[in-house]
Amino acid sequence: MSKYFVRRLAMSVVTLWVIVTITFILMHSVPGNPFANENKNIPEVVYQNLLKKYGLDKPLSEQYLIYLKNIVRWDFGESMKSNTETVNEMIARGFPVSAQLGLQALLIALIIGPALGAIAALYQNRFPDYISMIVSIIGVSVPSFVMGTFLIQFVARNVDWLPIGGWGEWRHTILPSFALALMPLAQIARLMRSSMLEVLGQDYIKTAKSKGISRTAVILKHAVRNAILPVVSILGTTVSNLLVGSFVIEKIFGVPGLGMFFVNSIYNRDYTLIMGVTVFYAIILISMLFIVDIAYTLIDPRIRLTKEGR
Amino acid sequence: MDSNTIYTKEMFQKAPRELRESETIKRPSISYWSDVWRRLKLNKLAMAGLVILIILGIMSIIGPYMSDFSYYEQDYSAINLRPNKSYWFGTDELGRDLFSRVWLGTRYSLFIGIAAALIDFGIGVIYGGIAGMASKRVDAIMMRIAEVIYSIPYMLIVVLISVVFSSTGAGTSMFVLILAMTITGWVPMANLVRGQVLQLKESEYSMASESLGASKSWILKKHIIPNTLGPILVNVTLTIPRAIFSEATLSFMSLGLQAPRPSLGTLVSDGLAVMPIGLFYQILIPAIIISLVMFSFNVLGDGLRDALDPRLRK
Amino acid sequence: MSKKFIILTSLILVLAIIFTGCSSPSNEGKDPAGNNQTAGGKKILRSNNSSEPGSLDPALAQGTHESWILENVFEGLMTFDENGELVPGMAESYEISEDGLTYTFKIRDGVTWSNGDPVTAEDFEYTWKRALDPELAADYAHILYYIKGAQAYNSGEGSRDDVAVKALDEKTLEVTLEAPTAYFLELTAFYTYFPVNKNVVESNPDWAKDPETHVSNGPFKLVRWDHNAKIVLEKNESYYNADKIKLDGIELDIIEDQNTAWQKYEGGEYHILVDVPTSVVAQLKAQNDPQLNIGNQIGTYYYNVNPDVKPFNNAKVRQALSMAIDCETITENITQGGQIPAEGVVPYGLKDENGNEFRDGVGSLVEYDPDKAKQLFEEGLAEEGMTLEEFNSGQFVILYNTSESHKKIAQAVQEMWRTALGIEIGLENVEFQVKLDREKAGDYQISRGGWIGDYMDPMTILDLWWSESAFNDVKYNNEEYDKLIAESKATDDQNIRMENMRKAEKMIMEDMAVIPIYFYTQPYVVKENVSGITYVPVRYPMITYADIAE
Repeated sequence: MSKYFVRRLAMSVVTLWVIVTITFILMHSVPGNPFANENKNIPEVVYQNLLKKYGLDKPLSEQYLIYLKNIVRWDFGESMKSNTETVNEMIARGFPVSAQLGLQALLIALIIGPALGAIAALYQNRFPDYISMIVSIIGVSVPSFVMGTFLIQFVARNVDWLPIGGWGEWRHTILPSFALALMPLAQIARLMRSSMLEVLGQDYIKTAKSKGISRTAVILKHAVRNAILPVVSILGTTVSNLLVGSFVIEKIFGVPGLGMFFVNSIYNRDYTLIMGVTVFYAIILISMLFIVDIAYTLIDPRIRLTKEGR
Repeated sequence: MDSNTIYTKEMFQKAPRELRESETIKRPSISYWSDVWRRLKLNKLAMAGLVILIILGIMSIIGPYMSDFSYYEQDYSAINLRPNKSYWFGTDELGRDLFSRVWLGTRYSLFIGIAAALIDFGIGVIYGGIAGMASKRVDAIMMRIAEVIYSIPYMLIVVLISVVFSSTGAGTSMFVLILAMTITGWVPMANLVRGQVLQLKESEYSMASESLGASKSWILKKHIIPNTLGPILVNVTLTIPRAIFSEATLSFMSLGLQAPRPSLGTLVSDGLAVMPIGLFYQILIPAIIISLVMFSFNVLGDGLRDALDPRLRK
Repeated sequence: MSKKFIILTSLILVLAIIFTGCSSPSNEGKDPAGNNQTAGGKKILRSNNSSEPGSLDPALAQGTHESWILENVFEGLMTFDENGELVPGMAESYEISEDGLTYTFKIRDGVTWSNGDPVTAEDFEYTWKRALDPELAADYAHILYYIKGAQAYNSGEGSRDDVAVKALDEKTLEVTLEAPTAYFLELTAFYTYFPVNKNVVESNPDWAKDPETHVSNGPFKLVRWDHNAKIVLEKNESYYNADKIKLDGIELDIIEDQNTAWQKYEGGEYHILVDVPTSVVAQLKAQNDPQLNIGNQIGTYYYNVNPDVKPFNNAKVRQALSMAIDCETITENITQGGQIPAEGVVPYGLKDENGNEFRDGVGSLVEYDPDKAKQLFEEGLAEEGMTLEEFNSGQFVILYNTSESHKKIAQAVQEMWRTALGIEIGLENVEFQVKLDREKAGDYQISRGGWIGDYMDPMTILDLWWSESAFNDVKYNNEEYDKLIAESKATDDQNIRMENMRKAEKMIMEDMAVIPIYFYTQPYVVKENVSGITYVPVRYPMITYADIAE
């Protein structure tokens, strides 16, 4: 077990190192210059001063070593566009916002998704099934940026209580959470429906029914509990998708989370911020995978022996 | 009759026709693929998806030529026109015909999606196939590499690569978009192929064929590839919409195709610009088509998976 | 399997608790005041500042997204009054020496910082030298290069003491310039020239990061800064001109998405909005909506033509390219922000020696005539010994930096050239710096260019094509032109300066070194119950003196 743990940990570290290196190489091969500003070129002298300030005048190999060292020290450096906050501070501020949004979306998806799927399966080929199918088709098919804009245009503008965009109060989080939740919700509903249908056809359900257990009890105790297992298995992916999927939603709704920082840093060519956010995301996702993997191994002894890679 | 009885010709009589026929298999023999097809046909949703895809595919080929206007011609006296008789989908902010733009955009988007899926497929099959057939050691190393690559968050790397290349002056060419999407995308395919190969390698029929002296490549060609094709096909069908989706998201971040070439993504993000003045058709039409494409590939992929699943065989 | 589920759920729950624990403090202390315009009888102006300020330290500010806030919380030696006139601000009076090189400012009596300290001449001396410190690496340091010794110090060649700005006593500031600069007074109203409190800055280098420690001297003070979400300013009661300030405060959201911000304005959440989506501007303009205001900007949008590439070395070809562009169509149908079709390189809004419009004194130098363009183009090509086919196979492209509006204009120009001249020119978008690098290296045929002036004088534009200018993208090199520019710079005599500049503009337009397309404008929308918003061409609309009617 501990051997597997160590090997898994080593793999995660190697993966991280690869990502950091790739990001570093990519960012330094971008010919752009974050200090340039349209219609206002800066004189060479000022440019040189800026390069020195951000340590960009050093040879690339040295910059790389410094960067690695800083990451180990959990220091992502200074933002090239903000003189007010460091990248660390931005991440510390943006991540809770993204996480709150992501978790709310996850809750919505986890409550509504299975319910929708289960109901659809129970009323197969009847009205509730069609409704749930339409919702899940929309969820899977409509890109989140279209959904976000439509929610603003048709919901927020007509419901006074729901703000159009911005951040601060809880009601600001409602629409973006829903926009973000829709895709995983739909996926979960679809998965739930099919696994529920499969479970409902099983013998033990029939047995339970024939024993005279009430329909509600059969559904809740036996069918749903078993049908939800495949949904659990995709949670890891869903969580990471939610984190990353918030890029566009945060941008549209003006939510000051990590996703927005990432998109804005791309517009602004704020390289340290791009690198910082990328590496941070990578760390989160990789630790997530690591934890889930280890957790699985702890629970399920079968995995320990056979599991290779993923 | 005693043992000396001699059987003469006369003693035999022709069996009646009815008897002979009872021996033949009445049902036509069904090959694997026609069976899959038969079951797929029963899935109404998947068939709807297939039909929509065929229609969209045809329109993406002939659509741009059906309109009187090319995708780049600008008419400043006809800006932001709602759909009408001469402009079936209306015009955009530069007075260009949206009908030809939308269909051309569909073409480029489908192309990006399909190309990305095919490249994923190509790399995945080769990599996964080699890993599966090779020795344990090589396999372990190759899979570690694949695992590291796959741990790179997909959207992050797509965005990063597009940023790098779109800055260098290559514009965001189709090539760059596809490259960005395939850089990590091939791994699930490779895993899939490797898994299948390993499973089949151990199976009795390939062992049988090996003991009969078949070479490795022959087994690969005759047994393994045909049998892994099913799951691969499902994977390909589900990769295409993901690539199209990513392209649309990139366009939203202004990292889409080089103007004046349209893609569904750039059309949607162009449409966003006129939304505040109530011109919804400009975003609605490409958005509906993206949604249709996504929908069709998804249900078709699901349908294929069900049709290929022997457990669901009836 | 269900154990797995339990573990995962508990994992998620734990994470949830951690995250909400992290995020809850930031939700505290937020007033639930909704869209109430005059909450508690207070006049609060609401708007959107389209991006997060990089810094609210005037020396480190990088552009318009900071300037709007800085201009309300700080004040320079000179400032703009409620009519948009340049008037003494922190300075009470000033004297200019005979040679136009030395300025002596007297600081107003009784002006204080928001922490109660008096504003002194030393603060200014300290501020300007600090902004020039190469260690600080301020983006806008170059705007101070008019001061003698400034550039040398900033580039690390000169010393801090050689920068010719000196506090003679607590109330007197003396500045010596490199050359007579007619617009220096105006520059002192620019944000890089805004003072900072020497004691505060020296004792706390992070003073500008937190509203608690932010000290300023303007009509408003910073009270809240929720990063990427909101900035709140409150009236500074100790401001010397507090009587003139009608607002009790200003609240600015920070929302980058133009459409979302517009929806909020339309929904009544904002009083004024500056960054308005183009399509909305066009619609409001067509409806003659009184909410829409279009301010002139001192700026020109143009295309660079590389004179080192055949056949663009031929003036006739360049003229033909210009004549084939219908600038009016571009401004009317594409940019749609009330931009003015270019008539030359110098935009409207600049005065000549008699106080008249400089532009009118020169007249229009740009014409649209596709037929003549075709003829000129053919002549030009023939002179270069080139055929149309050869031209079209040359794979020439318009180079532009990635942006939606540049893209639209480039597509329109491409199409206009195709229809009028029958030529095929491609498009290529690159990152801004790449465009600059390629222009510098001469690796382009046609590229988008643009310039927004720093000060209110035609020189701010014409200086670009002086042969040694760092921003002379087309490497225009004309001895006569250089002579005219040099002469205008060396003298204070407005008659000579203006006459020279008129000649220079005609000269460059005859050569058609660049193809001007339009003059920039700044559209913005204001609700009808808001008054007192003034517009100064080189600035964002001024909200300092705004008033809100019930």
